[in-house]
Amino acid sequence: MKKELFTDFLIKYAEIGIKGRNRFMFEDALVGRIRSALENVDGTFRVYKTPGRIFVSAESEFEFDEVVDALSHVFGIVGICPVVKIEKDTPESLYAAVVSYMKEMYGEKLCAKGETGEKSVRILQEKGFTASTSEDILADANFGKVKWQEALPSIDRKKEDTTSFKIFARRESRNFPLDSMELNIEVGEAVLNAFTGLKVDVHHPEMIIYVEIRDKIYLYSEILPGPGGMPVGTGGHAMLLLSGGIDSPVAGYMMAKRGVTIDAVYFHAPPYTSERALQKVVDLAKIISKYTGPINMHVINFTDIQLAIYEKCPHDELTIIMRRYMMRIAEHLAEKAGALALVTGESVGQVASQTLASLVCTNEVCNLPVIRPLICFDKQDIVEISEKIGTYETSILPFEDCCTIFVAKHPVTKPLRHVIEKHEHNLDEVIEGLLEKAYETDRVIEIR
Amino acid sequence: MEIYLDNSATTKVYPEVAQFMTKVMCEDYGNPSSMHTKGLEAEKYIKDSKDIFSRILKCEPKNIYFTSGGTESDNLAIIGSAQAYKRRGKHLITTKIEHPAVLNSFKYLEGEGFEVTYLPVNELGVVSPEDLKAALCDDTILVSVMHTNNEIGSLMPIEEIGKVIKEKNPEIVFHVDAVQGFGKAQIVPKKMGIDLLSVSSHKIHGPKGMGVLYVGDKVRLLPISYGGGQQGGLRSGTENVPGIAGMGLAAKKIYENLAADTDRMYALKEKLIKGALEFGNVKANGVSGDLSDLRQTAPHIVSLSFEGIRAEVLLHALEDKGIYVSAGSACSTHKPEPSATLKAIGLEKELLDCTLRFSMSELTDEDEIKQTLKALEEILPFLRRFVRK
Repeated sequence: MKKELFTDFLIKYAEIGIKGRNRFMFEDALVGRIRSALENVDGTFRVYKTPGRIFVSAESEFEFDEVVDALSHVFGIVGICPVVKIEKDTPESLYAAVVSYMKEMYGEKLCAKGETGEKSVRILQEKGFTASTSEDILADANFGKVKWQEALPSIDRKKEDTTSFKIFARRESRNFPLDSMELNIEVGEAVLNAFTGLKVDVHHPEMIIYVEIRDKIYLYSEILPGPGGMPVGTGGHAMLLLSGGIDSPVAGYMMAKRGVTIDAVYFHAPPYTSERALQKVVDLAKIISKYTGPINMHVINFTDIQLAIYEKCPHDELTIIMRRYMMRIAEHLAEKAGALALVTGESVGQVASQTLASLVCTNEVCNLPVIRPLICFDKQDIVEISEKIGTYETSILPFEDCCTIFVAKHPVTKPLRHVIEKHEHNLDEVIEGLLEKAYETDRVIEIR
Repeated sequence: MEIYLDNSATTKVYPEVAQFMTKVMCEDYGNPSSMHTKGLEAEKYIKDSKDIFSRILKCEPKNIYFTSGGTESDNLAIIGSAQAYKRRGKHLITTKIEHPAVLNSFKYLEGEGFEVTYLPVNELGVVSPEDLKAALCDDTILVSVMHTNNEIGSLMPIEEIGKVIKEKNPEIVFHVDAVQGFGKAQIVPKKMGIDLLSVSSHKIHGPKGMGVLYVGDKVRLLPISYGGGQQGGLRSGTENVPGIAGMGLAAKKIYENLAADTDRMYALKEKLIKGALEFGNVKANGVSGDLSDLRQTAPHIVSLSFEGIRAEVLLHALEDKGIYVSAGSACSTHKPEPSATLKAIGLEKELLDCTLRFSMSELTDEDEIKQTLKALEEILPFLRRFVRK
């Protein structure tokens, strides 16, 4: 692709398009998210919406790949189309512009009529000609020793050598003499006249040239994939229980993909977990914030609660009871922050504390819904997503985030709610004070 | 409060060294190879630094080469000499408890077709000259033995080893990694039969990224990097003048009161070990139980195993009180494998994960050791309450 052709991008979004009267809210949110994603890119950009489309227009020098990378992290975008913007003029000038666009973009593949074309020259060179331009070839001593037709397949192409295309025109503003259907026909003809080896196929074309008539005329033919989903900020606000593992960052990513703003809570247990383990979680939050936008990460000192559970509750129930308190604390923080749900990276049966029976026990301690985006995912599927979003390498660093002292060798896999509750009563005397103390340690790290 | 007991990982730069380096960087910034006065001024710092090292090591200034640190010195010494003498033989000898900079250089040479013998050590972490004698053969061209072990502070019988080697064949090159020993002991290469000696700057309160390689008169080395031919072509690249100057000053200062400093460190080491042993279920590595051989170990390194306590947890608990130590050897804590040295001295499997290194410098004082013991006294019973069931 000739990246230097483009100064504008047309942003395609799917699901927002079917929203009704509050569609503008989604579009505005998407515009906002695109703007903040582009803040980290060198250059100045204008982001604006027209009916049914959002455009990004570069107003300075910029790096094409950098812009595409930034946009491909913005949820809500399904396609990023680099567009060529031309002034509205006569239909003839439009035809010329489309032909010149195709020459620039696909000159390698297509042969303009009346020229030997670069491809033909290359084929001739392969057959022993030393010349590089058509004039030179005519003057070359080898000329005549090979069949002209053989050398220039683009002039006498076999059927399978042709490339099929179609023109997809949309006339959004009526002040252009041709309507969409007429545009398809006329532009298509101009293209057929200009190149050899092209044919029209309106059902399964290999190449679609989009022509959109708006205040200006926009040409594009390549659609780069966006991440899909909904713009962050349109789906409410949730609290993610974030650890240094593989799963929870992926869960946060998936929640944000549905438009949900994410805050996070990390349970720190010094000296059993190190500052490096905390730094690792900050690094992970930083990576997913490329998708989710800014994250407020709460760090709670959990050591004393962990030690109290260790001393007063049965060892094989340690993890379950610990998780119950983590849920309670997360809910407390969520309510304070106005979050409407908790998000965890749990997946049924992955470890003892994530069997269905265990999930029932940890779920019942809070009233907010607990959303588990990975609940039916296999580990391998989760790993694949984490590799895709770039958290995997960090997640597998060796700093432990949960000291093995607090992990029983044989934890319960089928905890009974009433049994767990009964043992939790062992903590009655101390737990209120410990929770208060834990809330006081709340330290918010702004990740952006 | 900050008590820094991780001096074998790195040390605090002497303030005078930092000041001196700032002056060199800001004022005498010339390239020593330049022909004008600026170049000459810079060259003088190199000469001065070489003089300091040659006085300490009792050698000539021409024996001193500047490198980017202990790792480069070890690499250049081992790979450079093996390549230079490979026509004479293909057999190399080292020990099982060397620093990774040495071990991995030998691993590389194994891939290049050399044969390497790794000598064992006894339960105190000391290699035996007899074992070495048995390993030497007609094909041996290089022996590399560390001066001071970085994890448990055991001292190798360098002089004896030098003798054994030279008796067998004076042509065999003897390399000593003295990164932990330099600045804590008198080292005289000529007297000890040492042909190559590695030194690091940041273990003696000098700047990071600097080192020395002593190269004996008769030793031939092939360079491992190529460039403008500085330092006789053995180590090309514009000399790090401020680093060289700073390291020289640090070396001079650390040897000023060597005997008194080491005496004090031995006293502190004894105090720390005795105090820790009193807590019970603690084992001191690299020294015999009655501490009678304390003087045969390094003055600054104390390795203690705390039964039933994860080293990492104890480390962070001490950190919480402002005391900085390390678990195993700091250089390899990114790899969660048990230490090769601790395995080589036959430490029980259960203790491998429970071992901390406390390393002092001559700046460590008695109060700091007292505070450390007090902190341990508080922390140990607390941590022992919580063990994996």
